[in-house]
Amino acid sequence: MRLSPKTLSRRHFLNGAAALSGVALTSSLPMMARAAAPLTVGFIYVGAKDDFGYNQSHAEGAAAVKAMEGVTVVEEENVPETIDVQKTMESMINLDGAALLFPTSFGYFDPHVLAVAPKYPDVRFEHAAGLWHEGLPTNVGSYFGYIGMGQYLNGIVAGHMTKSKKIGFVAAKPIPQVLLNINSFLLGARAVDPTITCQVIFTGEWSLAVKEAEATNALCDAGCDVITCHVDGPKVTIQTAAGRGAYVCGYHANQSALAPDKYLTGAEWNWAGVYTGMVKKVLAGETLPNFMRGGLTDGYIKMSPLGPAVTPEAKAQFDATMAEIMKGGYAVIKGPLKDNKGNVILKDGEKQVETDIKLESMDYLVEGVLGATS
Amino acid sequence: MADQTMIGSTGATWLPALARRSEAVVIPLAALVLGLGLFGLFLLTQGKSPVDFMAIVWKGAYGSAFSLQNTLSRAAPLLLAALCVALPARLGLVVIGGEGAIVLGGVATGALGPHLAAVPPIVALPLLGLIAMAVGGLWIGAAGALRFYRGVNETISSLLLAYIAIALMNHLVEGPFRDPASLNKPSTLPLVDALRVGNLPGMEVHWGLAFGLLACVASWVLIDKTTWGFAARIVGGNVRAAQVQGLPVGRLILGFTALAGGFAGLAGFFEVTAVFGSANASLASGYGYTGILIAFLARHNPLAIIPVALLLAGFDAASGLIQRRMDLPDATILVLQGFVFLVILISDTAYGRLKLFHPERWA
Repeated sequence: MRLSPKTLSRRHFLNGAAALSGVALTSSLPMMARAAAPLTVGFIYVGAKDDFGYNQSHAEGAAAVKAMEGVTVVEEENVPETIDVQKTMESMINLDGAALLFPTSFGYFDPHVLAVAPKYPDVRFEHAAGLWHEGLPTNVGSYFGYIGMGQYLNGIVAGHMTKSKKIGFVAAKPIPQVLLNINSFLLGARAVDPTITCQVIFTGEWSLAVKEAEATNALCDAGCDVITCHVDGPKVTIQTAAGRGAYVCGYHANQSALAPDKYLTGAEWNWAGVYTGMVKKVLAGETLPNFMRGGLTDGYIKMSPLGPAVTPEAKAQFDATMAEIMKGGYAVIKGPLKDNKGNVILKDGEKQVETDIKLESMDYLVEGVLGATS
Repeated sequence: MADQTMIGSTGATWLPALARRSEAVVIPLAALVLGLGLFGLFLLTQGKSPVDFMAIVWKGAYGSAFSLQNTLSRAAPLLLAALCVALPARLGLVVIGGEGAIVLGGVATGALGPHLAAVPPIVALPLLGLIAMAVGGLWIGAAGALRFYRGVNETISSLLLAYIAIALMNHLVEGPFRDPASLNKPSTLPLVDALRVGNLPGMEVHWGLAFGLLACVASWVLIDKTTWGFAARIVGGNVRAAQVQGLPVGRLILGFTALAGGFAGLAGFFEVTAVFGSANASLASGYGYTGILIAFLARHNPLAIIPVALLLAGFDAASGLIQRRMDLPDATILVLQGFVFLVILISDTAYGRLKLFHPERWA
């Protein structure tokens, strides 16, 4: 029950004050009220649960798990990638009896998950985006999705909608996952019109609203008329770009509510499906694989419904490409391909399909992207 | 008659002395209780039980061996970060850029550590610690030097220096010092196991805590028990008076700001050697800014930093349990901190006003 200040009458207040003394005696403390469900699952987020972005996408997954029979979910937001997250994981294990943990930020993996996991061999640690390999603790797993494919589909819609033939990308850091998204976005647009260019601006931080707004404005000033991003919370970019009259493509979660007219589509995580699937397996007593990856076909990612501005031509190519991708083995990164410094990346006939592990160490921007990795 | 005089005189020295000394303890404690009470009223407006809340804070922060160690782990870097503010403050300088010194101390450790793999740890670790202190000292010392030689406001310059330090760290760990194997989280090369600082014996808390406590005690001795500290306090009271007295104001400012930065650099050293194992962007996690709050609440007394840091770290440790048990958002603990610290700051005005603590006014 939540009382708004308006409804806090003196009677309520006195009741509450009486409860102050009463509760202590009857000791209806929440830690005692906590019923012992068969499985307690802990979710840890690096930012706010309602950031319209990365953390919200995971929190939506946690909400789906919460609705399952026989599962208790505990959550903690704004946990920094320091000793704090180690203590949070241990606290969930020791005080809440969590047996399955989802520390969802990349920076939680090394050293934090790797430091805590050996101490609790009976607890399962499932980490988003990490790269589990032989030799690491076996009670640790890592999972992630091929969301670059979603940015490719974003690019196809953007390619149809841009009039200036310039699209823009607000990026956090020049790391492989981000570079793959930028390259995919441009290659999607170039599948529509090979003269399109994509300008990228790196903010240098995962969550820095001021710089994200500056970068978005700079892209608009440079003539970009479709903009997307890869930062933890796309809210600022989406709102700023739409406010400047540009179309926007979403990322991480569905941001259409922030710009209903300008929102074209978006690359979203579908953690609800992934998490409920994993928890079902654990409840059934199965062991989860240590290394899991999936794309659109596996239900790891999904696209936001197309917005009202999307033209029929854009929708037609979007649907056709989506159908191709759903067959599996689709390659966005394929030859002939050069980086934006002129170096040959792939020769004609060579390709890297979405599951290719080489994509997870990408260090270049493709020809047509205006920007530098360093 | 003689006996009565004896009793009377011992009573007269013992009780007033206690009354005087207790002022510094009773006022902040009363403020803490009042702040918690106000926050309790706030919780009632949200339909949550303050008693449950306090019980969970106690359980999450101090109520068990695990919780206590959780709190102590979080307090370790805060002790050193708070000293970075408290020491210059005794000279009247408000330095708020400790974050920069922490970050660069960590980067220095992460950048040099891998090159010392062949050196015995007994030599390499103290060497790394001293280098981290030197780098941190240089950074905050620069803010002190700008103040003394050029008259640049040290509050602004130290804050701007912190931004530069963080940008420099990002450049260094993503560029020259990057471990090519660190793909999605650019970091320096990992330290060898021998250069990792472990936990205190029998505890799940790393050695940074012991050094933090030691640094607090040493700083208290320096400020309260040495002529250097006395001179520093005079500078803090009135710079002109100190100069007229012939005190080496410049050397005091440079020395104290450098030492303060050194402590922050040491915090960075422990983050890398005890927690991360390499330097990366996680070093900039806000300890330097939390340190400002702690130092001001401790009224820049190095010994008082210890309980204040434990209180703040305890709130932090309990924050998770509050979110999980009461379905309250993460910001709840910030609201609590706001209430408590506002009341504590306001309570500053009570010093010297209450007759209870001033025996000379008892009559």
